[in-house]
Amino acid sequence: MNASLIYTIVTLAGIGTASGVILYFVARKFRVIEDPRIDTVEKALPGANCGGCGYAGCRAFAEACVKENDLAHLFCPVGGNEGMAGVASILGLEAVRKDPRVAVVRCNGTCEHRPRVNRYDGVMTCAIIHNLYSGETGCQYGCLGCGDCCVVCDFDAIHMNPVTGLPEVTDEKCTACGACVIACPKNLIELRKKNAKDRKIYVACRNEERGGPARKACQVACIGCSKCFDVCAYDAITMGTNLAFIDSDKCKLCRKCVEVCPTNAIIEVGFPPRKAKPAVTETTTVNQ
Amino acid sequence: MLKTFKLGGVHPPENKLSADAQIRELPLPAVVSIPMGQHIGAPATPLVKKGDKVKTGQLIGRASGFVSAHIHSSVSGTVTRVDQVPDASGYPRTGVVIKVEGDEWAEEIDRSPELVRACSLAGHEIVEKIQAAGIVGMGGATFPTHIKLVPPKGMKAGLLIINGVECEPWLTADNRLMVEKSREILVGTELLMKALGVEKACIGIEANKPEAILKMKEATVGFSGITVEVLKVKYPQGGEKQLIKAVTGREVPPGALPVAVGCVVSNVGTAFAVYEAVQKNKPLLERVVTVTGRDLKQPSNLKVRIGTSLMEVITYAGGLPEGTGKVISGGPMMGKAVASLEVPVTKGTSGVLLMPGEQSGRQPQLPCIRCSRCASACPMGLEPFLLMTLTQKSLWERVEKEKVLDCIECGSCSYSCPASRPLLDHIRYGKARVGQIVRSRKN
Repeated sequence: MNASLIYTIVTLAGIGTASGVILYFVARKFRVIEDPRIDTVEKALPGANCGGCGYAGCRAFAEACVKENDLAHLFCPVGGNEGMAGVASILGLEAVRKDPRVAVVRCNGTCEHRPRVNRYDGVMTCAIIHNLYSGETGCQYGCLGCGDCCVVCDFDAIHMNPVTGLPEVTDEKCTACGACVIACPKNLIELRKKNAKDRKIYVACRNEERGGPARKACQVACIGCSKCFDVCAYDAITMGTNLAFIDSDKCKLCRKCVEVCPTNAIIEVGFPPRKAKPAVTETTTVNQ
Repeated sequence: MLKTFKLGGVHPPENKLSADAQIRELPLPAVVSIPMGQHIGAPATPLVKKGDKVKTGQLIGRASGFVSAHIHSSVSGTVTRVDQVPDASGYPRTGVVIKVEGDEWAEEIDRSPELVRACSLAGHEIVEKIQAAGIVGMGGATFPTHIKLVPPKGMKAGLLIINGVECEPWLTADNRLMVEKSREILVGTELLMKALGVEKACIGIEANKPEAILKMKEATVGFSGITVEVLKVKYPQGGEKQLIKAVTGREVPPGALPVAVGCVVSNVGTAFAVYEAVQKNKPLLERVVTVTGRDLKQPSNLKVRIGTSLMEVITYAGGLPEGTGKVISGGPMMGKAVASLEVPVTKGTSGVLLMPGEQSGRQPQLPCIRCSRCASACPMGLEPFLLMTLTQKSLWERVEKEKVLDCIECGSCSYSCPASRPLLDHIRYGKARVGQIVRSRKN
């Protein structure tokens, strides 16, 4: 009884030791030499694996940073400038500085502003609807309201508002990884410059149709009247196909465009309330 | 035993309410809106501008590119605008809107009802005439016919199959055409045979159209080389590959053209349009449309000018019944619910189906119970449950490997699913995505 127990222990210990020795030599022979800096860089990254940098995850991005030996084209939007400065100091390189950005949904076609003209009862994803037809409202450019953008967000930063039927971005949580930008089949979401106090001014419309049909489909559609373009002193506004666009890098948040917009297609967020109404009308007349 | 295709297929209730309704001509509408893209391929380039006077049958859109077709005016009147008009999917496409004034036809068109059989034209001249008339496949796929008639180099067709299957439930337009215009269809078939240089043609008709079978069989006397093949009723037998399999037993390889197995398939509607184009100089400017539905007052088969709005067609058949849930352009299996009734009838509109509200909604989606009915129903031998899951996971490479591009979007999978899973919705999206990826790889 005792002898067989000892026999078992000795055999197992022998196999274990032999395997250990073999494994040791195999591991030495087939060792993968990896730059230790990759691990350090990966630790300095946020570890969200969101893919916002364009790589498959934080590890892949770290590998790219070490391999490229130049950070000119590499940027982690989640870590931002601080994160990239950390990476740069590890590698002894210079990181590009980028203005922090935030996702902005450029559609204000709420249920109230944009009446439905038909009803869809198929699979509730924006991608499938977009592939099938123009959508439930008369505006083929607007939000489809199924929340593909919310599904892809890794940071819990974008949610559908059940009242308006539109997605809303929580600025503090948004890391500008750009997942929602890719997910939106209507190209409504844009990464815009993040201003102090989360102030924003943007054209909340992508409708390229002429004024009449655009307005018929949605009360707050941009009709391409160019009034904002004329009033802007900073060349921040460009006119596309019956549509204005405000470049967030050039915009100085003067709010003049908001005042002149006849359809309220330009939206201001995060500003203190304006003075009494008559004053506004007066300025409008002056501007015209 | 009647012939049919082997793999998959379903048999939905036929509901051919309008099978005995004679083809009537729809009165001229006040306005028509003629889209420039009514066919597969590049849309035509408009040749008219606002204020132009046009005659019925006048060329108003020139084919742009190899796969494209001419567009003709279906009415006479004044062009009020050349603009973006919404198509059946709601997306705007270039179209010509014409205000109807009288009905003045282009001089060269022969409008007499007499049958003209003799044709002295050579094969290639027939093809040219078909091209000039802007004829496309009238079964619904709308592929330009003149391209089909000139097989790629090194390939030779041996058999022309005329598709009189009309396997979609509810639709009866082809059935009525075969009953009322059987001799014209046969002359059209003869012209197509001459253009292709084939000696044999076979008209495939499903067994649920006894009158059409009788008329066509009677009419074939005196036409050499044309036979009528009665087929077992099974959906989607009207699919090109399924029909070839049913009639000849040959299988078209994935991604190949039917001519690879020596066949060319054309619809009976196309054969009739070919007859009118070649023998009567009449371009494709009207088509037979079935307008039907359970609650519709007068399910009918109407001869409609291209560009007439669906509303006009429905009104003539008794008006939109109360409680209509969906208006479907095409049949219930492959047709698409339209977003608006202002959508015009195009070359590919075979029917307008009005579904009552309580029948048109979807059943609640349940989890897959792995019964494999979708796989048994698929006429292309695909695995719809797998394609749906892979599409949901955006695994495009695997979706491609599972041959999503072979899907003919017949809807047999969704129809047979006991858990009401929206299989085709997802697969169609997957197919579109994979199609994009494949195209971008080629460029």
